[in-house]
Amino acid sequence: MGASSTPAWRLHRTIPSDTEVGSRLIDDLSMQMREHGWDERQIFQVQLAYEEAIVNAIRHGNRYSPEKTVEVVFICNSQQVRIEITDQGCGFDPGAVPDPTSDERLENPGGRGVLMIRECMSDVSYGKGGCQLTMVKDRSDLSIGHDDDQDDE
Amino acid sequence: MTQSCKIPGFPRTSEMQHYNRIVVNQHDEVAIVRFVDRRIVDDQNIQELGEELNRLVEQEGRRLLLLNFEGVDFMSSAALNVLIKLQQKAKAHGGSVRICSLRPEIREVFSMTRLDRMFDIRTTEVAGLAAF
Repeated sequence: MGASSTPAWRLHRTIPSDTEVGSRLIDDLSMQMREHGWDERQIFQVQLAYEEAIVNAIRHGNRYSPEKTVEVVFICNSQQVRIEITDQGCGFDPGAVPDPTSDERLENPGGRGVLMIRECMSDVSYGKGGCQLTMVKDRSDLSIGHDDDQDDE
Repeated sequence: MTQSCKIPGFPRTSEMQHYNRIVVNQHDEVAIVRFVDRRIVDDQNIQELGEELNRLVEQEGRRLLLLNFEGVDFMSSAALNVLIKLQQKAKAHGGSVRICSLRPEIREVFSMTRLDRMFDIRTTEVAGLAAF
């Protein structure tokens, strides 16, 4: 974590391959983000990235195996949120995930979660052969998606 | 299709149908669909949601659907996949799916995934109905 005016909050949990258990963990981080003054839009983005990442770890990484666990680390202060998720699967190559926004793949499932993680967070990196995902959100990062929304024309 | 009685005024509710994940009101030719869950993330709920939405098109013959997301705080990529399949089914039956009343943060998700090219998105239910 970089320099910060408030002490960092940290949580380290090892959870079973259960998406419901995984999803519940984000409530603690969301609460800490609010206490550290993050706005609701950024909290939503971190929730979204985490939800996609934990489901990927349990579904595609551990393949819901009751023999396997997922390790989750949250670190939060007023300037930065860091999330580390480590599964016990065979890993994957994020570079091999096709672009779900291309015209030919727009209507296909798959790849959208990885895209959403990348778009919502400031920095995303994979380690341990793709079994460990590290995501960072910087408070100063206000960008997301594309700014050409034009509804009700 | 189980046809509900035509009740004067707006909206006409298809009270004969039973759903767990959605609430459906029929307005002329358009089925207005609202969602029971504030967070659409649970695997089983998403599967049930997909089945209920498919039933609207395939069994009940509703071709024009307006999905009203008022009250929905959060949805995952798995939920987006359900919407994509629904759009494909509606189009195959000569209809279409439109979307309204998205929370701004979820509207951004449609933008970042470029699914706003696939769905006509309106800010309000009135605007959504007018778009058909």
